[in-house]
Amino acid sequence: MPDSPLVLALLALWLALGSSAVSLLAGREPRLLRLVAVPLLGLAGVTALGAGLWTLIAGTSASAILPLGLPWLPWHVRLDPLAGVFLVLIGLVTGAVGLYGRDYVRDFEGGRESLIALGGFSGLFMAGMLLVVLADDAFVFMVAWEVMSLSSYFLVAFQHEQAANRRAAFLYLLMAHVGGLAILLGFGVLAAFGGGFDFEAMRAAELTPLWAGVAFALAFLGFGMKAGLAPLHAWLPEAHPVAPSHISALMSGVMLKVAVYGFIRVVLDLNGAVQWSWGVALIVIGGLSALIGVLFALVQTDLKRLLAYSSVENLGIIFIALGLSLLFQSTGHPNLAALALVAALYHALNHALFKSLLFLGAGAILHSTHERDLDQMGGLLRRMPWTGSFFLIGCLSISALPPFNGFVSEWLIFQSALQAWTLESGVLRSLVPIASAVLALTGALVAATFVKVYGIAFLGQARSRHVRRARPSPKGMWAGQGLLAGLCVLFGVLPTQILGLLDPVAEQLLGTGVPQAGASGWLWLTPISSETASYSAPLTILLLALIAGAAIWWFKRGASWRVRRCDPWDCGFAAPTPRMQYSAASFAQPIRRVFALLFLVDEGPDRSADGVTRYRLKIADRAWGWLYLPVARAVDASARRVVRLQSGSVRVYLGWTLATLLVLLWIIA
Amino acid sequence: MTVWFIALLQALLCVALAPLLIGWVRRVKARLQNRRGAPLLQPYADLRKLMVKETRVAHTASPLFRVAPYIVFVATWLACATVPLIALDLPTARIADIIVLVGLLALGRFFLALAGMDVGTAFGGLGASREMLISSLAEPAMLMAVFTLAMTAHSTSLVGVMEHHLTDGFLLRPSYLFAFGALVLVALAECGRIPVDNPTTHLELTMVHEAMLLEYTGRHLALMEWAAWIKLLLYGVLIVNVFLPWGIATAFTPAALALGLIAVVIKLALLGAALALGETLMAKMRLFRVPGFLNLALLLGLLGLLSHVILEVGA
Repeated sequence: MPDSPLVLALLALWLALGSSAVSLLAGREPRLLRLVAVPLLGLAGVTALGAGLWTLIAGTSASAILPLGLPWLPWHVRLDPLAGVFLVLIGLVTGAVGLYGRDYVRDFEGGRESLIALGGFSGLFMAGMLLVVLADDAFVFMVAWEVMSLSSYFLVAFQHEQAANRRAAFLYLLMAHVGGLAILLGFGVLAAFGGGFDFEAMRAAELTPLWAGVAFALAFLGFGMKAGLAPLHAWLPEAHPVAPSHISALMSGVMLKVAVYGFIRVVLDLNGAVQWSWGVALIVIGGLSALIGVLFALVQTDLKRLLAYSSVENLGIIFIALGLSLLFQSTGHPNLAALALVAALYHALNHALFKSLLFLGAGAILHSTHERDLDQMGGLLRRMPWTGSFFLIGCLSISALPPFNGFVSEWLIFQSALQAWTLESGVLRSLVPIASAVLALTGALVAATFVKVYGIAFLGQARSRHVRRARPSPKGMWAGQGLLAGLCVLFGVLPTQILGLLDPVAEQLLGTGVPQAGASGWLWLTPISSETASYSAPLTILLLALIAGAAIWWFKRGASWRVRRCDPWDCGFAAPTPRMQYSAASFAQPIRRVFALLFLVDEGPDRSADGVTRYRLKIADRAWGWLYLPVARAVDASARRVVRLQSGSVRVYLGWTLATLLVLLWIIA
Repeated sequence: MTVWFIALLQALLCVALAPLLIGWVRRVKARLQNRRGAPLLQPYADLRKLMVKETRVAHTASPLFRVAPYIVFVATWLACATVPLIALDLPTARIADIIVLVGLLALGRFFLALAGMDVGTAFGGLGASREMLISSLAEPAMLMAVFTLAMTAHSTSLVGVMEHHLTDGFLLRPSYLFAFGALVLVALAECGRIPVDNPTTHLELTMVHEAMLLEYTGRHLALMEWAAWIKLLLYGVLIVNVFLPWGIATAFTPAALALGLIAVVIKLALLGAALALGETLMAKMRLFRVPGFLNLALLLGLLGLLSHVILEVGA
């Protein structure tokens, strides 16, 4: 009988599968999806959350062997603190999605798309993610990984009647499999040294530095591809936005974190012998992803695409923090490594919360207005006050503004980067400040991006008729968003408690935690020592509230608290029309001009057949031309060579098969 | 308890001194330009007048428009309250270190830009877009400059930085010079001073900060203006007290506090006069020259940080 948190986690797995099974009946009775399948998914999330929290608070691990799988390799599952953190992450977001999804999937009832596919693959997707986190041998891990990738492929391809969606889904499938291959090979290296496919054996293996490096590179390639790191990121903004919005929230908020989990598991837990060059690789690639992600997010006009690009940026930040952790670990500063690791996990949790919140908000807008284009929106805060308020909290959190959660994790990353003076090597010492410069630039550009998003979509005046008539979203939808918004605030205001929960992970992986972080009491966050740096989020918010209250009291005392409504002034020009407002493209134009080198811009006037002149602006990602298209062309060219083998005669094919078999036998023997 | 009381006193002093500083800068500038200029205390009179005037809000404005002035004012004030003004070791500096200070200023700016876009006029969006362009380059430069100081002092707390500087004596470190240059350029950009933005212009095409405030009236405008003045004071105090902390009270005796007050007033008066002189001598830049100016600041900040980790850490 395994320990109870593990039983709870397996229960969550069964609930997710149950949600999938119930959906099979949704073809006949569409309401089942809304009334049973989606709530079951949410319940699976809550159960997973419970299992994760239990593990983190108790700080223990539990493992079990399931009577499934191959005869000589039964399925190993294990729930340790690292898995616990990611169960919490999956659980929090899925719980909110369960609340939200009930009203969102109603849109699809009576539509052309198959409800069976939506519900069935959502449940499988969730089960796959849970099993990846629980897996304790490479076999289960890869099976779960493929279940996760394949079921999300079907969700991306859900609205398959549009050619663009099919193309995005195919690209996604392709990238998921190239990445999966790299992960499989990485496990192969570890298994060869460890003498077995279970993680216990791999952990015990002694790798030579070269092969450890190979295993790291394969894991980085595989998991980095799934996490959408630059320069392989171009598939992500194509695939994530085309899924239904609550699935986009799960993909961007949770699935990318599962890739982070896999990376941490393989590199810090299984591989063990960390080298400083790995940290450098992570910091460089992470910095590149962060900058490219945010700059492309800034110039997007499609809300969901913009959010997907911003995921690239946030994953870049997480990998910078992981890189710092590897760097400190390999140079013999386990305490600082623990701080950077905890900061990375904190940011992963935060990103899961605010990115899901923002995707759910984008879904609510889509639900009410059928619009994804920012340039058609405007004034939505007055039409949808709840969604607007929660979306604002999401924007503030993602822009890393105090006292919200995004700020805490970025603050922790800065704090660990500022300890670079402890490093021996001058080259590494100067690399870390450059990384923090990139991080600072990224943070400022994120703020610009989300001022744009919020200002264009929710403020100002509506830019189209259907947006002007937007209806508030149903209760369930804003309850899901409200839950996530509340968690964003909570994670921002109580950082010491959250760090206390994350501490067992650092102890498990690095042998030391960050006990000093809460040493001065729960009010004070002191990551290194109270002299070096301290931040008190509760007192900050208290003082902000006190001063604001005092100011309002002061003015209310006076006679003229009321305001008079009037027409806008606008320097006395003619009454402004909605079309005179800044648009999403014009807002981003100055920054686009400053970073012009990065973008492939095609703009100019277009005269259409009916004599109307329109201004055309297309901004393309250079990664396509530099990386994707050459590879695609090379694959095409080699496929044309291979095609010569296919003569159409069965005898020739049999001959090839026999020859292959002989060669394989010769190699094995 | 006295510590918290002095912290409160200092926070109130920030708010009270801010209009005086701006009045002084305007006065000196007017004299340098052979004008008589407004009286030194004119900003106080302006504030009072705005406070009692009727407040108007456009029909198209959302609730955010009315909340934003309070958030901008409060965030800027709290940021300013964490900077040691007359006394060094105050608990407010422990609540928020330099990075939190930059974050609080960013919070204020976020709402300022949103408020600019709220009414849905062309100028509001223009101001917000430009403000975010300037800040997205100025904020990293600011962080680089303060990181240089923080790495030298092994502390991101302003108290730690100043204490380190006081005990170390006046050492002419190359990293400090770079950080100083970066901070001055950032201060000019963030406070909307010439050559980045002209605080007195209402010429439509050149406005940045003013464009976001166009729709504000009455007490809302008063709070926004006041917040901008507090921000100028904050950057002034940051520059004079971090690089020349001498005179600041290290003990909480009345004599030391009085000396601290006199010292900071003299330092700020000199800095204000220098600002006025600079604004008289220079012209405003075109908007697309500003990124070059700020890239210089970013480069200086980065050079400061690099020269610190390469030259000063090992040695």
